Amino acid sequence: TCLSKGGGFHFPPCHMLSVSGFRILLDCPLDLSSLAIFSPVPIALEAHESLETDSVVRKKQKIEKTLDANDLVFAEPWYKTVKSLHLWDASFIDVILISSPTGMLGLPFLTRTKDFSAKIYVTEAAARIGQLMMEDLVSIHMELRQFYGPEDSSSLQWMRWEGLEVLPSELKKIALGADCEELGAWMPLYSAVDVKDCMRKVQTLKYAEEACYNGTLVIKAFSSGLEIGTCNWTINGPKRNIAYISSSIFVSTHAMDFNFLGLQGNDLIIFSDFSTLDTTENMENDNTYCDPAASSNASDDLYNLEEIAASLLKDDESMEEMEKLAFICTCAFDSVRAGGSVLVPIDRLGIVLCLLEQMSLLLESSSLKVPIYIISSVAEELLAFTNIIPEWLCKQRQEKLFSGEPLFAHVKLIKERKIHVFPAVHSVELLTNWQEPCVVFCPHWSLRLGPVVHLLRYWCSDPNSLLILESGDDANLALLPFKPMAMKVLQCSFLSGISLQKVQPLLKALQPKLLLTVSEGFEVQDPNFRSKHDYSLL
Amino acid sequence: MAIDCLVLGAGQEVGKSCMVVSINGKRIMFDCGMHMGYTDSRRYPDFSLISKNGDFDNALTCVIVTHFHLDHIGALPYFTEVCGYKGPIYMTYPTKALAPLMLEDYRKNMDRRGEDEQFTSDHIAECMKKVIPVDLKQTVQVDKDLQIRAYYAGHVIGAAMFYAKVGDAAMVYTGDYNMTPDRHLGAAQIDRLQLDLLITESTYATTIRDSRYGREREFLKAVHNCVAAGGKVLIPTFALGRAQELCILLEDYWERMNLKVPIYFSAGLTIQANMYYKMLINWTSQKIKETYATHNAFDFKNVRNFDRSLINAPGPCVLFATPGMIVGGFSLEVFMQWAPSENNLVTLPGYCVAGTIGHKLMSGKPTKIDLDKDTQINVRCQIHQLSFSPHTDAKGIMDLVKFLSPKHAILVHGEKPKMATLKERIQSELGIQCYCPANNETVTIPSTHYVKADASGTFIRSCLNPNFKFSTCSSTDKSYLDSNKSKAVSRLSVSDDRATEGILVVEKGKKAKVIHQDEFLHMLGEKKHEIQFAYCFPMHMARTEDLSSTSHMLCSFDKCTLISRLSMILSDELSEGNILDLGEELQVESFHVSVCSSDNCPHRLSSSLQNGSESVFFCCHWSVADEKLAWKIISIMKNSTL
Repeated sequence: TCLSKGGGFHFPPCHMLSVSGFRILLDCPLDLSSLAIFSPVPIALEAHESLETDSVVRKKQKIEKTLDANDLVFAEPWYKTVKSLHLWDASFIDVILISSPTGMLGLPFLTRTKDFSAKIYVTEAAARIGQLMMEDLVSIHMELRQFYGPEDSSSLQWMRWEGLEVLPSELKKIALGADCEELGAWMPLYSAVDVKDCMRKVQTLKYAEEACYNGTLVIKAFSSGLEIGTCNWTINGPKRNIAYISSSIFVSTHAMDFNFLGLQGNDLIIFSDFSTLDTTENMENDNTYCDPAASSNASDDLYNLEEIAASLLKDDESMEEMEKLAFICTCAFDSVRAGGSVLVPIDRLGIVLCLLEQMSLLLESSSLKVPIYIISSVAEELLAFTNIIPEWLCKQRQEKLFSGEPLFAHVKLIKERKIHVFPAVHSVELLTNWQEPCVVFCPHWSLRLGPVVHLLRYWCSDPNSLLILESGDDANLALLPFKPMAMKVLQCSFLSGISLQKVQPLLKALQPKLLLTVSEGFEVQDPNFRSKHDYSLL
Repeated sequence: MAIDCLVLGAGQEVGKSCMVVSINGKRIMFDCGMHMGYTDSRRYPDFSLISKNGDFDNALTCVIVTHFHLDHIGALPYFTEVCGYKGPIYMTYPTKALAPLMLEDYRKNMDRRGEDEQFTSDHIAECMKKVIPVDLKQTVQVDKDLQIRAYYAGHVIGAAMFYAKVGDAAMVYTGDYNMTPDRHLGAAQIDRLQLDLLITESTYATTIRDSRYGREREFLKAVHNCVAAGGKVLIPTFALGRAQELCILLEDYWERMNLKVPIYFSAGLTIQANMYYKMLINWTSQKIKETYATHNAFDFKNVRNFDRSLINAPGPCVLFATPGMIVGGFSLEVFMQWAPSENNLVTLPGYCVAGTIGHKLMSGKPTKIDLDKDTQINVRCQIHQLSFSPHTDAKGIMDLVKFLSPKHAILVHGEKPKMATLKERIQSELGIQCYCPANNETVTIPSTHYVKADASGTFIRSCLNPNFKFSTCSSTDKSYLDSNKSKAVSRLSVSDDRATEGILVVEKGKKAKVIHQDEFLHMLGEKKHEIQFAYCFPMHMARTEDLSSTSHMLCSFDKCTLISRLSMILSDELSEGNILDLGEELQVESFHVSVCSSDNCPHRLSSSLQNGSESVFFCCHWSVADEKLAWKIISIMKNSTL
């Protein structure tokens, strides 16, 4: 059963699979984009309180009008988990396979339930990064909570019916889902203790390490190329060999490449890389690649496996990614030259690391002395961690190990004091070192939590400053509380999965007997592969 | 099928580890080392034994290198670049990263000694390009049949034990390993595997070491005493591994004691090596790993680069110099300068190969050492031997062998007499066949081959039929010692001996199948043949009155009476068997007896019986199962008269 189709990079799909009598949960993410319905911390508390008195009346009138900042929910945010996961009894799950750091953000909700007994398998790197992401989330949430106070009964008001009724339809859709059934998925955030407890229950693996569950299932992780530590899974049962393909990138600029050869020889492939659905629209707008007709013709005469492999590994995607990064850097460069600052609330580790490298290169080549700040409670550890994991990185990075250089340039840059890392906006060192214009990397991409809120308030009226956002989220809604904005906004999309034209050659190379996918507008044209809509087959 | 192990090096010695294992048709070379004690052709393994015509690519499936020590990797550039092996080479990430440093260091030292070059810098670089790095526990499919996997081995950073599996035959080659964690590395770890063969090192085949802590303190005290007295401490080590471990130890001690005496690393090389160590921190021990975010343990604060001009500079210092064992190069140069002073200290960490100066220093207290014909060094300095080593001790080896319980074990990388002792121990204590072959010898052991078989329904049913046996056994309970009485307890024990009668059928092109014997005939389309024995013999008869009057002695009526009379005799004499009187014949189990009426019965052995009237021939036949019973009956019949 597919529990959730997910949405893009930050909210990967989630599946429940039943193999040889074992229930396997594939990924357990958290829908952080739904945080958008909450209001970020208001500037002045009084203003907000006076507002609340007549807000009910006012909001009712406003339902059919355009949204404005006051419509957002003023409360301690809750978090939305996968919509029907709470309907499952956690104790019935036998195995949980996590394929990316973002895919484990919802895990503490499960592990803290009383009779949770599943075995959780995660790759070592994904576990570490996921843990840091969760810790970061908890810490920025705590910051917000201090504002609302520990015992705020009104914070739950929005969840009651009268509270929900007054929500504008757009927000209501996010809160309740299209069929008004998703309210149960909302949860208050877990605590740091829950995170720690969760990590204790996790069993870490290396790529291609065989894990044997209960003597019947042999589970292996193969690199997927999306991010450091992300993976696809193969499950070898007594009767069936199953491969689960999550969002994958063939050639990565940082993480180890997509190891699709490891997935060969499986009877059944669960294809859950839905990122192409989201990205095709963008791609069509860009009109650069994604030409379905051309791709199907091209793949017809590729029968030889090596040829397919070679065509899959062609560097075009990563080249394009690098170009995108370069474009972002020049935009950023332009605005700092104009005296503005750049705010980058992007949480994709690999992108951030590459951006750091390119951005500092560009700044160095010019004579501008612009500091780069990274503000996050876990940044220091995260950056240190990325430099000790050569086994998880792409070939070019590994070459750096073999020639004795640091894996990522940020090590050197921090030493040279070109990059500064601070745990929080209010840390003393930050205040003493602060210098504008500057480039700031900080969480959180939802623009509701973390240092980004303060900085965005601070800069939103500066026309020279630039906000770099990842597109795909409802940017209008995300920016709502900061309007009117004079600040420039650059929206960019990053590659987060297999592009549509590469799906067919990939499947040809893998030769599964059966392909399962949630086919909603997603057609596999090749008649050799039957695609199934539902998962009741096993 | 068999596993052939050709020992090219480290057989009954330490140095140039190299082992070629043929396992179900795949040939794997484990390690490709050089011997530090030799400078002639004995330095390298004899590669010509692998392939006479030098076609190594076809002769070997892959090369696996366990760690970056020269006695495990030293000959690799020579093998790939000079001998021309082009196949895959596997090693762990740290080994791949650090091996070129080791090789380069060695090459430079050889240069300085003015020896002819065996390989160049380019050779090393080219060689390393062919290396495929692997992660721990990562299962690598070398080709369709061969799977390899690395396990953490301790010893040095990146050291691994390698598991190789071809079909059903599996083996582990340990390389060097350490079963106890040290300053910066964890202990060896391996899964419980089903192995046909374990090839293990046996450097310390008989030694059992006490706690590290005491030995570390001893070392620190010796160093501290020396520098406090203004002496210089020379620690000849190889660039990697031991140097970092001791450095962590000294750094820690310096911090605690607030010492300011400089610690030097000779050449930029070792400092650069620390850079690698910083990145490879995941391969070190848990304790060091946990601190990486705040302070990387390989960021040494007190360590500086050494300059040649500092050799005779006044004041105390500690110097790490390469190469280890004082085989030449810079460490020898410094040793020549510092050895004559009593204040100075030479600390020898770890093992020294026979033939090196290090070995000479360790064995006894020499006052003079002959370097070559012309040079002689006066040795007056103190010598401290570090007794902690990254090799496992005898207990560790025994533990590992016991844990893995392979069918066979081979010992390499050790000294002959000690290996023999260990071999005896393994064979007697663990009951595992053990070998310690010498160089260039081949050991052949049988390998496993599993046949996957389907079981037929009848077979399974017959397996499921319980075959209970009830027996009463009495045991005496001696727990009542005070009463001096032993109480007899008798209990019923039930044993279920399910003797299954199955036949393994392997047909060409079909899956092997286990079937029940009854099905077998059907399957082959043949009839059941049974072997029967037959014997015809005369039996004495008691003469009766009416017998003489008639010639129709053997009429059917008579036959019946004879048979019934026989049955009476048999039932008197025979204890077992159920005697059935079927009129004209008698049956006991499968034994049939009847009166033989034909004079030339084929089963009759002798027809030369004159007084035929006095005896009657009985013809009998029986099947194999009842042979004993049959002969018993026959002997009864022969000894009695009707």
